Amino acid sequence: MNMLQSNLFELITIIFYCILIFIPLLLGVILALYADRKIWAAVQKRRGPNVVGPFGLFQVPADGLKFIFKEIILPDSADKIVFLIAPIITLALSIAAWAVIPVQSGIVLANINVGILYIFAISSLGVYGILMAGWASNSKYPFFGALRSAAQMVSYEVSIGFVIVTVLMCVGSLNLSEIVVAQKNMWFFIPLFPMFVVFFISALAETNRPPFDLPEAESELVAGYQTEYSGMPFVLFLFGEYINILLMCAMTTILFLGGWLPPVDVYPLNAIPGFVWFILKVTIVFYMFAMVKAFVPRYRYDQLMRLGWKVFLPLSLLAVVLTSSILFFFKLAPGMS
Amino acid sequence: MSITLITFYLFSAVLLLSSLMVISTKNPVHSVLFLILAFLNAAGIFVILHAEFLAMILIIVYVGAVAVLFLFVVMMLDFKTSLEKDNILQYMPIGLLIGLVFIAELVIVLINTRLDLSNIQILSNPLDKFIGQSNTEAIGSILYTNYVLYFQLSGVILLVAMIGSIVLTLRDREGVKRQIVSEQVDRKGKIELIDVKSGEGVDI
Repeated sequence: MNMLQSNLFELITIIFYCILIFIPLLLGVILALYADRKIWAAVQKRRGPNVVGPFGLFQVPADGLKFIFKEIILPDSADKIVFLIAPIITLALSIAAWAVIPVQSGIVLANINVGILYIFAISSLGVYGILMAGWASNSKYPFFGALRSAAQMVSYEVSIGFVIVTVLMCVGSLNLSEIVVAQKNMWFFIPLFPMFVVFFISALAETNRPPFDLPEAESELVAGYQTEYSGMPFVLFLFGEYINILLMCAMTTILFLGGWLPPVDVYPLNAIPGFVWFILKVTIVFYMFAMVKAFVPRYRYDQLMRLGWKVFLPLSLLAVVLTSSILFFFKLAPGMS
Repeated sequence: MSITLITFYLFSAVLLLSSLMVISTKNPVHSVLFLILAFLNAAGIFVILHAEFLAMILIIVYVGAVAVLFLFVVMMLDFKTSLEKDNILQYMPIGLLIGLVFIAELVIVLINTRLDLSNIQILSNPLDKFIGQSNTEAIGSILYTNYVLYFQLSGVILLVAMIGSIVLTLRDREGVKRQIVSEQVDRKGKIELIDVKSGEGVDI
């Protein structure tokens, strides 16, 4: 009986922590959506959302409410169960990955040994939401969008994997907190700068952001895999997408920009709590994401595939060989000195 | 009943049910989706056994890559025409044969190793010298020392398979216009950049 009680207590704490992750994440997505539109508008000399609430801040919640009260249209020839499961999978997976993200030293829901592999695995599952949506809609545009998107995500995952390997060789651990701590002296984006660029561009492709938003290229495919979706399922897709974008920003921060660490370890800077630095860095990376959306034209599909397989794959493979050789010959690898 | 035990039964129940659904659903796409569910639950059981590295690799390789290609192929097939024709009993003999071979192998393994199923901790961590290490380190330090030859050999076999499939499908078609980026970037004399002063225009 006592054991059951302690188990129950453990379960309740975990659920509490999950809510503690989910609410800031929801807030972050709302702000990210708003910032995305505002930055895009500013680059094009428009005003962006500015009517609902102060500075248009309530535009996103208002849009969300509108979607919630809209009718959910189920296409007649759709595979109804798969059609409704797809957005749920997209959202659930994108939130699940956040369980292992350390926002500050010691503040993480699940500090598991294979953290980075977990994130890699979860993000590779993200393809299924899109594939299922495209197939279950039973319509041509969603299907083509889904096929494109799946091929794109699988291609860029390969180079993301190799970039992660180069970082891991410098750290000697798969634990995300240890990856951050290993950057105490120098953030990895300085010695591994080419890999930082490759990772950033691959992250754009992996999250289907412009200039790689071919699955949703409106001039060719209406809205890609989302074409048949409306109301709540559409919102789930939108939120899942933005949570994934924030996740990629957080990953860039953790792998290359030193996570919660301050730029220099001196008094006024290291007195600021770590999560503030973390959020600041994620915001900066997201700003870069938003700027790219605003001023880079969309790629053609064959250019996208060429970039993934013929440029990034050899480049990241070369970087793996080069990094490991340097670490080996100069005895810099963790545990070698 | 601890939480571990409950999750174990949950994972195994879903695993068995979904593998049953793989072979019993009419729609091949649903079959593949249930197969993916089965993979995920198997990964969950690996995690319960403290084999988290294997669990993640299972998800990354099988679910993230292999099953996606499966789904790709199956989605593009026109399966509606071939749904009703197949008779399940037609595949019964070969299915039974494969099943018997599997059971025989499992029995042989269980008899020869005399596993003590009551002590699951030792089962998941059978080598004394690796106690205290994470299992990524343990696998790495065994795979790249004792078994490095087999590891390299399997890599070579996969490479051969990859090159083979590329050779089989590679065709040079006549009359295809390809974009050669380096030539485009290199061309000189045909392209000229002109700084246009504001308000004056330029003669071309």
